[in-house]
Amino acid sequence: MTETSARTQEVRTTDGIVLRFAGDSGDGMQLTGDRFTSASALFGNDLATLPEFPAEIRAPAGTLAGVSSFQVHISDHDITTPGDAPTVLVAMNPAALQSDLHLLKPGGTVIVNADAFNERNLAKAGYESNPLEDGSLDGYTVVTAPMTDLTKRACQDLGVKPRDAERSKNFFALGLVSWLYSRPVKPTVDWIDGKFAGRDTVIAANKAAFAAGHAFGETAELGASRLMVQPAALEPGTYTNINGNTALSWGLIAASQQAGIPLFLGSYPITPASDVLHELARHKNFGVRTLQAEDEIGAVGAALGAAYGGHIGVTTTSGPGMALKAETVGLAVSLEVPLVVIDIQRGGPSTGLPTKTEAADLLMAMYGRHGEAPLPIVAAQSPSDCFFTAIEAVRLAVEHRTPVILLSDGYLANSSEPWRIPDVEQLDSIAVNFASKPNHVNDEGESVFWPFRRDERLVRPWAIPGTPGLMHRIGGIEKEDGSGNISYEPDNHQAMVRLRAERIALIAHHIPPAEIVGDPDAPVAVVSWGSTWGAITSARRRIESAGRRLAHIHLRHLNPLPANLGDLLRSFERVVVPEMNTGQLCRMLRAEYLVDAKSVTKVSGQPFTAAELVEAIGEAIGATGEQR
Amino acid sequence: MTDVPVTTRKDWTTDQEVRWCPGCGDYSILTAVQLLMPELEVRREDTVFVSGIGCAARFPYYMNTYGLHAIHGRSPAVATGLAMARGDLHVWVVGGDGDMMSIGGNHLIHALRRNVNLNILLFNNQIYGLTKGQYSPTSERGKVTKSTPHGSVEQPFNAISLALGAEASFVARTHDMDRGHMQEMFRRAHNHPGAAFVEVFQNCNVFNDGAFAALTKRDARDSMLIDLRHGEPVRFGADDEFGVVMDGGRARVVKVADVGVDALVVHDEADPDPSVAFALSRLANTNDVPTPIGVFRAVERSEYGSAVTSQIAASQSKAGPGDLHKLLHSRPTWQVA
Repeated sequence: MTETSARTQEVRTTDGIVLRFAGDSGDGMQLTGDRFTSASALFGNDLATLPEFPAEIRAPAGTLAGVSSFQVHISDHDITTPGDAPTVLVAMNPAALQSDLHLLKPGGTVIVNADAFNERNLAKAGYESNPLEDGSLDGYTVVTAPMTDLTKRACQDLGVKPRDAERSKNFFALGLVSWLYSRPVKPTVDWIDGKFAGRDTVIAANKAAFAAGHAFGETAELGASRLMVQPAALEPGTYTNINGNTALSWGLIAASQQAGIPLFLGSYPITPASDVLHELARHKNFGVRTLQAEDEIGAVGAALGAAYGGHIGVTTTSGPGMALKAETVGLAVSLEVPLVVIDIQRGGPSTGLPTKTEAADLLMAMYGRHGEAPLPIVAAQSPSDCFFTAIEAVRLAVEHRTPVILLSDGYLANSSEPWRIPDVEQLDSIAVNFASKPNHVNDEGESVFWPFRRDERLVRPWAIPGTPGLMHRIGGIEKEDGSGNISYEPDNHQAMVRLRAERIALIAHHIPPAEIVGDPDAPVAVVSWGSTWGAITSARRRIESAGRRLAHIHLRHLNPLPANLGDLLRSFERVVVPEMNTGQLCRMLRAEYLVDAKSVTKVSGQPFTAAELVEAIGEAIGATGEQR
Repeated sequence: MTDVPVTTRKDWTTDQEVRWCPGCGDYSILTAVQLLMPELEVRREDTVFVSGIGCAARFPYYMNTYGLHAIHGRSPAVATGLAMARGDLHVWVVGGDGDMMSIGGNHLIHALRRNVNLNILLFNNQIYGLTKGQYSPTSERGKVTKSTPHGSVEQPFNAISLALGAEASFVARTHDMDRGHMQEMFRRAHNHPGAAFVEVFQNCNVFNDGAFAALTKRDARDSMLIDLRHGEPVRFGADDEFGVVMDGGRARVVKVADVGVDALVVHDEADPDPSVAFALSRLANTNDVPTPIGVFRAVERSEYGSAVTSQIAASQSKAGPGDLHKLLHSRPTWQVA
């Protein structure tokens, strides 16, 4: 197998391809998509991915419920979304075709495993006749390959049982698309060697299947379908391909290094947050302690205990876990200790859509505790941005002695993109400043420690156990400001409620102002938070290239909001707020600034496409009378 | 530990007004602890009392140490994080039967199972005090309270059986009428590496007065409390006339004269098999029959926090201390010029 072949006709180039791998949960589609992505990343394309899988580990084989997909957008320029509609669909069985064909662009390419289109599988997928034969795929370019059969033959002489050989058919598909889309071969071959080290027959079978797929492209005269996507002109630097949960984990480790205190994660397994626990558990050499707790409450409780002891206490979860942790987060508000609570949002309410994305926990983050319990909230905007958002969450928690909620979502968690690796020397440090001496003189003239004596930012000292002379008692009962002694005095409670609100509000002076991307004089501003950033950025570029003006304000800090946001919003004729909920940020902005913001919402478990946003924003621009 | 300053009870006492009802058993437990601390040769700043919610949970406010008064039921979880993060500290957890066996039952059993280095003191008064008199998970069947006006129909927990079932490595019982015995149990708990669970029979003189009187009043103790002593035959009574034998896997009270001393169970708190300890815990499920006190079980088992710390040390000696630059470049990378 060679990179170029004498028999290969000239390869057409294109600026981007959106490829969707779809198959049965057991077909290895996530792995196949991931390998294609990695090869493309190493080739230098910009890219964005959207893995989609059912909540069931193995739904019955061949059924629609069992379809698992992985969409990847590769491009020769800077992109921000996994693509609105795939241009290529790889369908490993009839169910995959049935389930995902409607997503494919008209005129797109369908690559199918013809061997899977037997009567039984067709019936399971709800087909009355074979779509490969009845003309229903007219209008698409169809590439059929007997993937199962060719894979078995390729493995025939390797001593692999036919049943085991069949399992390598995803590598056949990968080989075929690698040829069709001119992907480098070596990274995948190297990866197979590393991943299956010690299992020689598996290595041999996967390599043979991969080579067979690649050869099939060459020999089956598919040259006309061949495309090349050149590397993207990205900013100079060293890149790696990273998904949101890995970036988040690394950000937490980086924050621990920048603060110079150890990281403690208390967590309970939950989709789509568990990968953060898995990743952090691997890095004990950074002094990371991970506790897989008995439940969500135990997880946040342990994180709080570790934070009280002077560690960076973190808990990770998704919506259902957030509901369970609420009381402990309220305790952290009352204690004024640093705590980072990470919510990888998913569709709700209740169990909802465990493997699908949604961003409907913003108001819970804001208000989901009893009593007046304000805390800072930050949100990540892209997979790689999870790294910096994690550092920011830790910074706010540690420097302002407060629980902080970080919002990510299922889409960011599992999607990946190339990330220009930052210079670790350039990362900001985080100031811990443990208290070391008494801070008050009492009526008897003795030097004493007052746990709730505040600095000019209204931040109290963090005196950790083991510090001589600073023994003190704190708890969730209302305490007297300053001394921290229990106090049920009406005036004191009123003052403490206001102090807790004020100290969080003051953080607005310690975060960057909101920035406008696009045209600040445009009549319409889009305001957004979280993972919608990618689709909105892509939509803005399309709107701009159509000659229209648009301002985009993306918020990392959702509480407190940037100090300049109100003035900014009031300077636009129209404000549009796209959200993957039913209008939660929009409600906050209207309440806070009395601006007539309009909501654009989507709660289907899928991220916005750029096309949807171009249309919605276009309507808003049209309503202002702005001409093209 | 010779450099630990000499202290007295006063050093361990805060200036906060103690707010338990007059006559509450909690006072005598507090006194026992405050008097014991100077003898443990530990520094106040290295000592932390963690509690949940309830009458007992006010305890930390009265100890001049670090103190964390958390929320209902969660103290074993909060203390687990603290003890994991800070193996240098002496962490005590104080709570009542509602706090630790009802709302916090899950955290309690898992802290015991993991063997986190905690001294857990369960003040069992068989009633909810702070919420003014509802039945608790240790209240006896038939108990008439505000929330069980027709009598409780629930089977209570036997705290010792529960702790043994939860794989606890140290399990003891004492009562609030005997300071010396309490202090001995607390000292043993302190010295035990790992999770130490001590049930304290504690009188709530307002909502459940005299719940343990049949066992703990001075003239009843000899005949009603079976004092477990490691390596000695299990016997009790004014003249040690009663004893305990194992009979078909069950413990049974006998007259020593009937069976002879050699037939009695010799208490082995270090027995790796908890079966006999469990059988002893089942001798009494109500407060009107002879009830064992003392150390049921004290076995050596890997302590959780230090096991985690050893993994960190092993990982650092194998992979070297964490290098952030290396981590960020640990997956395939490519250059864009």
